Amino acid sequence: MEPRVNQQMSEPERKNMLRQGAKGRAVHDIGGLEFGPIDRSEHDLALWEKRTDAMLILLRDNKRRVLSVDAHRRMIESYGEQEYDRTTYYEKWLRSVRNLLVEQDVLTREEIEAKMAEVRAKHAKAGRKAAKETVPW
Amino acid sequence: MVSKRPHTRKPAALSGAFAPGDPVRVAKRPVLGHCRTPWYLRGKPGVVAAVYGRFRNPEQLAYHKPGLPALVLYKVRFAQGDLWGRYAGPAGDHLEADIYEHWLEPIT
Repeated sequence: MEPRVNQQMSEPERKNMLRQGAKGRAVHDIGGLEFGPIDRSEHDLALWEKRTDAMLILLRDNKRRVLSVDAHRRMIESYGEQEYDRTTYYEKWLRSVRNLLVEQDVLTREEIEAKMAEVRAKHAKAGRKAAKETVPW
Repeated sequence: MVSKRPHTRKPAALSGAFAPGDPVRVAKRPVLGHCRTPWYLRGKPGVVAAVYGRFRNPEQLAYHKPGLPALVLYKVRFAQGDLWGRYAGPAGDHLEADIYEHWLEPIT
């Protein structure tokens, strides 16, 4: 049974409705559902995106072995539907790397949150705009 | 704890339950946790196109486990018409996917 989908619906509403007709699928496992056309446009990578990529490569190398691509996939797939649909490729990667660092006892959640608060305060003091939004764990 | 598993995943002996040309069906069962077999292939018939070798089980590697014994990985070919209810492309169109042995059942 195909769920009734109206293309005029807001995107989160439409995607949630499609998933309601696909019980048992993991959040990323959406092949064949009609989510509309794929945006194939490319963009230049921002510095933070390159750094995220570099961190993943370093954390999975033979010297460190903090994480595997499989654990990384599992962590990305554990995101909630709304967050999964809303976030970009490297935003998903960054959350995964952070969570795996905690899961593997390299850093604690408290250490990461304290550092984030410190960085925010530094930017605020310098009069720079810092995002108030936090990435859900 | 940081995982100490060896990082390389070299294919070992090729021997598996299936050979190229064998008709197979992807198991249709619920999934707990990480899994590389896409939903849209569950329960679908296909044909083994190639045997890649043995690789550590990603469903266990995802939880920092050793992923042993290594499982045989196959390239399986599916007819597009078998996958999508309303497939409008040419009849010969097919799709190939990498599927681990524990997700495949023989078609007799």
